[in-house]
Amino acid sequence: MSANNVSHQFYDDYAVRKFTVMAVIWGVVGMLMGAVIASQLAFPELNLGISWTSFGRLRPVHTNLVIFAFGGCALFATSLYVVQRTCQTTLQFPQLSRYMFWGYQAVIVAALISLPLGYTSGKEYAEFEWPIDLLLLVVWVMYIFVFFGTIAARKVKHIYVANWFYGAFIVVVAILHVVNSMAIPADWMKSYSIYAGVQDAMIQWWYGHNVVGFILTAGFLGMMYYFVPKQVGRPVYSYRLSIVHFWGLIFTYMWAGSHHLHYTALPDWTQSVGMVLSLILLAPSWGGMINGMMTMSGAWHKLRDDPILRFLIVSLSFYGMSTFEGPMMAIKTVNSLSHYTDWTIGHVHSGALGWVGFIAMGSLYYLIPRLYGQKQMYSIKAIEIHFWLATIGVVIYITAMWVSGVTQGLMWRAMNDDGTLAYTFVESVKASHPYYVIRLFGGALYLTGMVIMLWNTFKTVSMGQATRAAIPSKLVHA
Amino acid sequence: MMNITDLRIVATVACFVAFIGIWIWAWSKRHKNNFNEAANLPFEGE
Repeated sequence: MSANNVSHQFYDDYAVRKFTVMAVIWGVVGMLMGAVIASQLAFPELNLGISWTSFGRLRPVHTNLVIFAFGGCALFATSLYVVQRTCQTTLQFPQLSRYMFWGYQAVIVAALISLPLGYTSGKEYAEFEWPIDLLLLVVWVMYIFVFFGTIAARKVKHIYVANWFYGAFIVVVAILHVVNSMAIPADWMKSYSIYAGVQDAMIQWWYGHNVVGFILTAGFLGMMYYFVPKQVGRPVYSYRLSIVHFWGLIFTYMWAGSHHLHYTALPDWTQSVGMVLSLILLAPSWGGMINGMMTMSGAWHKLRDDPILRFLIVSLSFYGMSTFEGPMMAIKTVNSLSHYTDWTIGHVHSGALGWVGFIAMGSLYYLIPRLYGQKQMYSIKAIEIHFWLATIGVVIYITAMWVSGVTQGLMWRAMNDDGTLAYTFVESVKASHPYYVIRLFGGALYLTGMVIMLWNTFKTVSMGQATRAAIPSKLVHA
Repeated sequence: MMNITDLRIVATVACFVAFIGIWIWAWSKRHKNNFNEAANLPFEGE
């Protein structure tokens, strides 16, 4: 062994770098698709009369791009970065991480082509037809080997809490994807679910809600538990709380899915179980929010001049808000007003744009300069502008959807004295129209912020160069 | 004879007890140092 202090061991950031840049690019494309379909709702002529560009075909393109392409790439990038730093060792099976990157991009491109052509299994957030599902499964198995292989090879005793959250995300998504995608192929791009009727609906929403729970919550909480402490410069407020709220989420999330099926053919008791477990879910959700917020205590002044920290902390406020709203909407009586209205869309976007988007953007802003040998992003001013555009955009978006949703809910249930409906459906559509235009404006602001991020990323990357990060020598154990 | 409902009750109660157990474990004094060590993992090597 050489006796000098310079470590000759390096972290392997090939896939981290690629996933990071692709997260930003897919973010722009996915949010652009969102703006396109929002325009179609406001101005239906923009469907263009072509099946490929119709709302029904493009809506799953939007959801898959923002959740799986933007969110997925951000999760892969950060998890592979964090697991190496907190396990103080390099990535295991580095070759697999390269295949994993290209395989995942192939899945996204296949979705981009097949969905507008109309190939869909018809399951929300699981629209891919079976060959794409199989490719995704192969990618996921590689991810499991790389991530858990690195955990197994760790040089420290503890598994840091961020890795627990990432780990839960990886394990549960594998289970969800396999169970919900079970289908009998009828042709190369056509299959039938092996479940039927209300069982199929329950499996679908067990899947659908746990995608929210384990990708958009657990995965991004993993991000929160590394990047918030790092950016604040102090350890997480309560490690104990992180353990308890982790297991709280694990034990309860799995049972909440049936709140998507209130007042359907699903047995009444199953609906009630979903409602009660959704209400309980408030506690572990807020445990995570409080833990992140309190990490700031004594360092609040840093918010004044650190736009990255502002992204991270505002994301936690939106997380707290939408995890309060969610359980409320799961109450059957509230749900009878909110379900099938734009209120749901408002709720989803306060979580997706406010929490998931902001925490991912903050973490990526932390990551990008470090991956390319720079001290900070090319323009801090641009991060600042992005922050304000995004914040104002989200607030406009969700307020418009709340007002539109409650209006729809009230109009649909209004009755005349003789028991006939007071409004026709199209009257509620007309009432929503102004809010669809306002929503488009809010979404466009959010998209503009993301375009600025892409420009800032491009500038930062082209100024720097991919540098191999050495594992700090004092962390290299014999 | 145990039927499927009994099994479900047992599983639910077992999960609840496990969760309470985790809570007690997390708050017991002797793990304090371990948790402090773990919480500082992101900052080692700086």
